[in-house]
Amino acid sequence: MLQLTGVTKSYGEHRVLDDVAFTIDDGRLTGFVGGNGAGKTTTMRIMLGVLSRDSGEVTLDGAPLTDGDRRNFGYMPEERGLYPKMKVLEQIVYLARLHGFSRADATTRATALLEELGLGERLRDSVETLSLGNQQRAQIAAALVHDPKVLILDEPFSGLDPLAVDVVAGVLQTRAARGAAVLFSSHQLDVVERLCDDLVIIAGGTIRAAGTRDGLRAGFSSRRLELVLGGDAGWLRTEPGVDVVELDGGYAIFDADSDETVQRVLRRAMESGDVASFAPRHPSLAQIFKEVIQ
Amino acid sequence: MNTRSFTQSVWLVTEREVGSKLRSKAFLISTGLLFALALIGVIWGGVAADSDSRTPVAVRPGTAAVVAQLDDVIETTEVASVAEARDLVSSGDVDAALVPGGAEPFGYTLIAEDSVPTTLLAMLSVSPEVELLTTDAVDEQLRYFVALFFGLVFFVAALTFGTTIASSVVEEKQTRVVELLISAISTRALLAGKVLGNTILAMGQILGLSAIAVIGLAVTDQGELLDGIGAPLAWFAVFFLFGFILLAALYAAAGAMVSRQEDIGATTTPLTLLVMAPYFLVIFFNDNPVVMAVLSYVPFSAPVGMPVRIFVDEAQWWEPLLSLVILLATCVAAIVVSAKIYQNSILRMGARVKLADALRT
Repeated sequence: MLQLTGVTKSYGEHRVLDDVAFTIDDGRLTGFVGGNGAGKTTTMRIMLGVLSRDSGEVTLDGAPLTDGDRRNFGYMPEERGLYPKMKVLEQIVYLARLHGFSRADATTRATALLEELGLGERLRDSVETLSLGNQQRAQIAAALVHDPKVLILDEPFSGLDPLAVDVVAGVLQTRAARGAAVLFSSHQLDVVERLCDDLVIIAGGTIRAAGTRDGLRAGFSSRRLELVLGGDAGWLRTEPGVDVVELDGGYAIFDADSDETVQRVLRRAMESGDVASFAPRHPSLAQIFKEVIQ
Repeated sequence: MNTRSFTQSVWLVTEREVGSKLRSKAFLISTGLLFALALIGVIWGGVAADSDSRTPVAVRPGTAAVVAQLDDVIETTEVASVAEARDLVSSGDVDAALVPGGAEPFGYTLIAEDSVPTTLLAMLSVSPEVELLTTDAVDEQLRYFVALFFGLVFFVAALTFGTTIASSVVEEKQTRVVELLISAISTRALLAGKVLGNTILAMGQILGLSAIAVIGLAVTDQGELLDGIGAPLAWFAVFFLFGFILLAALYAAAGAMVSRQEDIGATTTPLTLLVMAPYFLVIFFNDNPVVMAVLSYVPFSAPVGMPVRIFVDEAQWWEPLLSLVILLATCVAAIVVSAKIYQNSILRMGARVKLADALRT
């Protein structure tokens, strides 16, 4: 478990991070969401120790983070970085060796990982000859090759086609399932929504919301419900405490003013005929995001 | 998985620096060219020394004794008559003829084509004792060429590898590889590995050139020159080692201060001047003992200045040692300062990092 408390950072007069605090749990994927310049990259670089903080603390399992701990982190920087003229496999092997693996171990791991990421055919090609998407995969391999306990990935999905997104997402989920704590930032809110277990939203250098994805959604849902009936749902319009958003024959989306109203509508629906579906409509991440950063 | 020790990390970086350079075609070709040029130079020197550069002079039996002492500079051709001697001079087979007759105290006459052969006249007026003195000292031209050799080799190697290290630091910074690297190893290990790697490459080139010079001189029968150049060459190698580490550390720091290859000139130009200065100073002032003495102690010019002074026998035995101590001390100071600049600048993207900021603790 990696924990940030009261982390603050200023560049001159400009405060880019203000009292930032959140937790990344082991075995979970945490999405890190925020607009441009919100402080995501700065936060990540501070966690990695490549940038100093003005105040606050970063702890791993309760103890202050040491350089030794950080050596077991996997990092994917915002602006991709690999040696352009070095061969893909060689490069990943080099990084694994820097992290302490023997040449033989490093080669085995790097080969397996690159194959898993779909670069098995390109091992001997230099990085600069790869397409951007493939360079990105190589970059992800660079972050993962030493089996880090903590993974910090800055925009790992940007520039990937939908198939590659799935490949990378699968790899990250495997790592989390094996117990790694994974933090990734992304502008693609749909991907974050689909993938992450936990969510941290940052805006203007402060954390606006943090918690489990489902918890946040529940917290932000405004009793919006979806109803699908066998018959016509027109009666909803006259129901007290109900605000119909959409209505089309037996299909309706509506907001209820209280839990009692919700229960009353459900009873009425069942009396009126077959109920195919009656479910709360969770707000999308994009909606939550817009709401919290205001 | 074990965490790497400092030395292991340094060595891994060194290995990559050397490996990637050895696989670069540009590097291999330029090194090959450099070696080929050195080889041609040595062989050409040998051919030039072999070919008879003595002045051809026609003599009569009565005058041969006059130039007998000058055997190493004058090639004599004995002629049957004064008329034949005149013919040889006119046809250009000999530069001059020495025939009996003429005013005392000489008792002979020098015949030349169309101008007074001043060199020959000077030779003839040299007394044997003076001649001994002149063969003992290193001649002007040789001194100049040795100074040129050391100066050029230092200049080329330091500039080549200094620029290499600076641009490789910028490459890592520009491509952000450095962020990955220093999340695995410390900045100090990274810097040390880069400096060490390039030092090995530069030393390899220097040793290769020295080997070509030594073997070439031996094979082409220029043994005497070899006797004189052996010790200076060895000293040059030692001085070059530390002189290069000094420059490499500074070049790495200079590279770290900028974020793009295009800006690299802004911070490396002062260093380039520092590398060029000893080359030109030593070449212009190689016959000025005072300037040379100063140059042989200034850390940046000592690798060229001191070997030249040792070659011309102007340095006392302790002088290279003292100069080396000064160089070592400067080297340590440069490493400390460079490590600070490097650490403070390597992650700062964008505008050039100001020196004052880079040195801040």
